[in-house]
Amino acid sequence: MTTAVESQYEFQGAYIGQYGGQFVPQILMPALQQLEEAFESSLTDHEFQSELTGLLNDYAGRPTPLTECSSFAKQNGVRVFLKREDLLHGGAHKTNQVLAQALLAKRMGKNRIIAETGAGQHGVATALACALLGLEATIYMGSKDIDRQAPNVFRMKLMGANVIAVDNGSGSLKDAINEALRDWAASYDSTHYLLGTAAGPHPFPKMVKTYQKIIGEEAKQQMLEQIGQLPDAVVACVGGGSNAIGIFADFIKEKNVQLIGVEPAGKGLDSKEHGATLIKGTEGIIHGARTQTLQTKEGQIVESHSVSAGLDYPAVGPEHVHLMKTGRAQYVGISDDEALEAFQELSRTEGIIPALESSHALAYVKKLAEEATEPMNILLNLSGRGDKDLTMVMDELAQRGSN
Amino acid sequence: MRYQKMFETKKANNALAYIPFVLLGDPTFDHSFQIIEKLIESGADALELGFAFSDPVADGPVIQEASLRPLDNGFSLKDGFILIQKVRMQYPDIPIGILTYANLVFAQGISHYYAMAKEAGVDSVLVADCPVQEASLFAEQAAAHNIDTVFIAPPDATDETLAQVAKHSQGYTYVLSRKGITGTEVSANQAKTDFLEKLRTFNSAPLVQGFGISTAEHVYQAAEAGVDGVITGSALVKIINQYYNEPHIMLDAIAKYAKTIATAAHQARNLIREGLINVDSGNDQRTTVGHGATS
Repeated sequence: MTTAVESQYEFQGAYIGQYGGQFVPQILMPALQQLEEAFESSLTDHEFQSELTGLLNDYAGRPTPLTECSSFAKQNGVRVFLKREDLLHGGAHKTNQVLAQALLAKRMGKNRIIAETGAGQHGVATALACALLGLEATIYMGSKDIDRQAPNVFRMKLMGANVIAVDNGSGSLKDAINEALRDWAASYDSTHYLLGTAAGPHPFPKMVKTYQKIIGEEAKQQMLEQIGQLPDAVVACVGGGSNAIGIFADFIKEKNVQLIGVEPAGKGLDSKEHGATLIKGTEGIIHGARTQTLQTKEGQIVESHSVSAGLDYPAVGPEHVHLMKTGRAQYVGISDDEALEAFQELSRTEGIIPALESSHALAYVKKLAEEATEPMNILLNLSGRGDKDLTMVMDELAQRGSN
Repeated sequence: MRYQKMFETKKANNALAYIPFVLLGDPTFDHSFQIIEKLIESGADALELGFAFSDPVADGPVIQEASLRPLDNGFSLKDGFILIQKVRMQYPDIPIGILTYANLVFAQGISHYYAMAKEAGVDSVLVADCPVQEASLFAEQAAAHNIDTVFIAPPDATDETLAQVAKHSQGYTYVLSRKGITGTEVSANQAKTDFLEKLRTFNSAPLVQGFGISTAEHVYQAAEAGVDGVITGSALVKIINQYYNEPHIMLDAIAKYAKTIATAAHQARNLIREGLINVDSGNDQRTTVGHGATS
């Protein structure tokens, strides 16, 4: 039986708390309704679930390991455990939910997939799933992101995806989402929009959470196996919020486990160049959901900034707003510089090159360890690997004169 | 009340209503006012006025491009309402609708937004990204300020959705003849008559067709399908996109285009009844009256 306290952290229809909903043009409602039905019915469809599990295990490489850091942030009795989503096929946690949604698309009889991508990780994951399952993939990507993520663009094309540059607006992730929604409004009879994060209109936030919560479920089990207890804190970076909700989900009801989301503070939380939607944003309605967003007083959405394209998004999944407002999770900011430092440090100390996104979580864990007054076990979602960021990091370090 | 009177007059004259859409403040405050004057003088029966939004997901490339002008000029929400008020003072009887996005309403505080709209003389608000399923967020404050809420009926909506749209849409119901976003790249198909009949069965407000209507031929098709009015948006905005640096040319082209569509709307039923035009169903772009916007 679910208690009232627990049910406040569950979706009631399209909403979690007062956040979420389906703020899309009327024309898209049939697409969302059809998706919701397909998703809900798939949950109890044994055949669907076993096909998904098969793909996750035998194709994508689940379960991913849990690695205790040998020396990273090892001070004051702090132990850091990395959930290795960087080792998942495709190089990031994105693959988990992409495989699931691609199967759902087939279940709905749709053979064309559209997706948006920021860093390119979701685009790559979508491209690989479509290649595997014989679906046609069209990826919308901001032109600014295409420039800074050239290797991922090539990966997508290599796997047969059609990459479309989006020049409108800020030429970034939010504009790629707008463009995908516009495509979908005309094409949903044959097309599934494979949204890449736990944001957007219902059922996406609930669905993406459902497909990503395997990260936390595995990690919980692995923590119990490795140290015989739950972590004291779970830390993950937050852009749209899918890797964070994925590792948080199974710990939300564990009241003694602190949940910490790390937002991109860019050039500083008090500058205008950041992507800290939860910390510095205000309530609004964007991309189909009532959530928090970076906006002007008049409600125009403003550009976000982060050194990491995957966190460069001026809104966030509605469940994170709810977790913040209810006090269940805390959200903190990490700057570009701090993330770059952590990127290098993990590479140096553990032989693991992390994604710049995950480097934000790593940088915050370093701070936690420095300030720790008692022993602490920290679970960190290493959501992706950093190969895609090498050019970017080389440029950034050269600019900073430290290379 | 303004909508009701206008539609009654149109019905008495066996005419369709012509409702042009333009963005407020595009290209400037003063030219925007002159454009609206031209539209009314050229036969517009009501106005659909848009507020530019940074993320217009319901709009195609033409209106996206136009939205950048008011945004770049710092044309504010307050400027928009001042402009509407100016129109209202000059034209006390014309129905004025706002087309906007949910976040622009939400950011003001919903109550404050509808109060400002009322004060400016607005009759209806259509929130482009608020489907009827989410109507409750704005409904209470709209009603409290006596502002009509307009909803959109897509061609493939379920009966349940059509019933909800008919129930909640006030002033008029915006019917779509095709899927997708605003724009003239894909022209309208003739609206399916069964879906229009269903809306009437559910006692819908007058049916006004939009999306993809740009020529007189489209207007005749809409008349044949049995709607009460037509909206043109992108075709007009395309003229502004093209000539905003040459205001006189722009205003002349707008007047010419609006006259073409208004005349078609006002005469369509009589022309069809008298067998003076043949309406092609489907996607044929042939027109019997000039193209207007397409150049």
